[in-house]
Amino acid sequence: MTIAEALRQALREEMVRDERVFCIGEDIGVRGGWGGAFTVTLGLEKDFRERIIDTPISEGGFFGLALGAAIMGLRPVADVQYGDFLFYAMDQVVNQIAKMHYMSGGKVRVPLVMRAPVGATGRGAQHGQNLEAIFFSVPGIKIACPATAYDAKGLLKAAIRDDNPVLLFEHKLLYGAKGARAESGAVDASSDIPNEDYVVPLGKGIVRREGNDVTIIATLLMMHRALQAAERLAQEGISAEVIDPRSLVPFDWDLANASVMKTTRAIIVEEGPRQGGWGAEIAATLSDTMSDYLTAPVKRVASPNTPVPFSPAMENFYRPDAERIVSAVRGLIGSA
Amino acid sequence: MGYDTKFLLSLYRKMLLIRQFEERVKYLFLEGVMPGTIHQYQGQEAIAVGVCSALNSDDVITSTHRPHGHALAKGLTVESLMHELFGKTTGCCRGKGGSMHVGDLEKGMVPAIAIVAGGVPIATGIALAFRYRKEPRVAVSFMGDGAVNEGAFHEAVNMGAIWSLPVVYVVENNLYSASTPIFEMVRLKRLSDRAAGYGIPSVTVDGNDVLEVFETARKAIERARGGEGPTLVECMTYRITGHSRRDPCNYQPKEERKEALKKEPLRRFTEYLLMGGFIDEAGLEGIRAEVDAEIERAVESAMAAPDPKPEAALEDVFI
Repeated sequence: MTIAEALRQALREEMVRDERVFCIGEDIGVRGGWGGAFTVTLGLEKDFRERIIDTPISEGGFFGLALGAAIMGLRPVADVQYGDFLFYAMDQVVNQIAKMHYMSGGKVRVPLVMRAPVGATGRGAQHGQNLEAIFFSVPGIKIACPATAYDAKGLLKAAIRDDNPVLLFEHKLLYGAKGARAESGAVDASSDIPNEDYVVPLGKGIVRREGNDVTIIATLLMMHRALQAAERLAQEGISAEVIDPRSLVPFDWDLANASVMKTTRAIIVEEGPRQGGWGAEIAATLSDTMSDYLTAPVKRVASPNTPVPFSPAMENFYRPDAERIVSAVRGLIGSA
Repeated sequence: MGYDTKFLLSLYRKMLLIRQFEERVKYLFLEGVMPGTIHQYQGQEAIAVGVCSALNSDDVITSTHRPHGHALAKGLTVESLMHELFGKTTGCCRGKGGSMHVGDLEKGMVPAIAIVAGGVPIATGIALAFRYRKEPRVAVSFMGDGAVNEGAFHEAVNMGAIWSLPVVYVVENNLYSASTPIFEMVRLKRLSDRAAGYGIPSVTVDGNDVLEVFETARKAIERARGGEGPTLVECMTYRITGHSRRDPCNYQPKEERKEALKKEPLRRFTEYLLMGGFIDEAGLEGIRAEVDAEIERAVESAMAAPDPKPEAALEDVFI
């Protein structure tokens, strides 16, 4: 099952399970439409007509509506077609949604899920940003980043059942959308999905590949690139451990720390500008708290501090790939 | 008009409570006793009281950076409000909100939204929830005149309109967005004309006449409750206090201010009650003494309440 299908199944199951759950967004339930920009809600309107709410092109407005509905006890899932459009909703997300629980002294609950596609994918500067870092610095929002279909379903279900605002970043190259909505350069992130109900708890990472020489921490598309890199490194006799934190907030420090204790070296791979990236925070914290174990500086592989370029030649230069991860690891091992 | 005396006096008491509360807070602030900043409601009391008196207790309002009047009108206690203004754990937001975020969802008031027009989408979403659950409840979004120039206002009112949601948009036009005259910032003579762009009805009323506000709100609220959708209500008023702390209002022309003071709502309603024989001077004095005593008790208990543990700042980010 692909990520798009797994997310759709999660929405369907949660809507069956809990009548407070509904979806709100643009083009998500139009008959003859696409089921959102990446087919995630395709067909759900047939079974949940009143609960797949198509909005005007008003991101700031409908994120606010979702908040209003959430504080009244419903459990909205609001999505934008492209994460870049979250900037239109920024006041609602950052000033209202993230702070409502805190400002109320912990009395008001905001069980709200926000879904946002990210990733540089041939669409240039305004439809290809990775926004994790921007929201990573806003207290009050949980952030999940599924790299596989299994995690996509489990994280979305956990997010829907959580009483806090959760932002789910989905990568456009990982959806596995088909037909007219298929992506060139897509990566297979499909998984076997068990029949029984499950969640992937927010804040719980996973070891994707075990290794002893270096810890590579990566999410979304970069997790797949990190696995490719680890495979190549293995041929050179370097044993890389790949950690997928799956959530950025809360962050699974126990998992990252345990891995660094074993490997004594860490690299964080992030698609998104290096400056002020979430990787910078992870690197700084590991350097601080794990200094007794580290035998080399913590390194980062990230995109340069530029907008996302369009031309495939430039975009491929911009976005980190397996080769850049491999050479960063080589540099790190060599420096030890 | 056929209002019974008890109802009229309840309106009066609430308006007076807001006025006296704000005046007391103003002095506490100027004395340096109260922390933070404040945006006060003197001169606009008829709007909060008129509208909230037409609401049921389980109807819900959103408010603004100027929320004390809405809070008292919607039924928050003087004590819970005063304690919050002093930053005490015993306040309505446990000291985490402060003046600009007072509220209590159990009383039907969302913690106030201090970003201009930020509460308009939220109120619309609350109305969406009422519709979703088929509950006969109504949301009211209070906003200042400046809010009609925000994109959030446009997006939210449009969605309220297309889905005929049970929400009423109340614009309190006090002529100034902070210090800027609103009619330099729109080409309209009435802000309520904006409603035509969304295909919803609207009305501009004398926001200093509590009974006119009440009647207008009652109709708009019943219309919303009946499934007929939103109304935009513009209430003309005047802020007879500063925009925020220590604002001398030098941008308000002296003549305009003088005229406005003659038309301020509490004075007008007091005259109405006396002229109509609903109460006499002694009766008014009695209500005033009660109100002042209630406020004084809240001030004393708030000042005596312990400050929060500093580390409590770390709580309530997530559940």
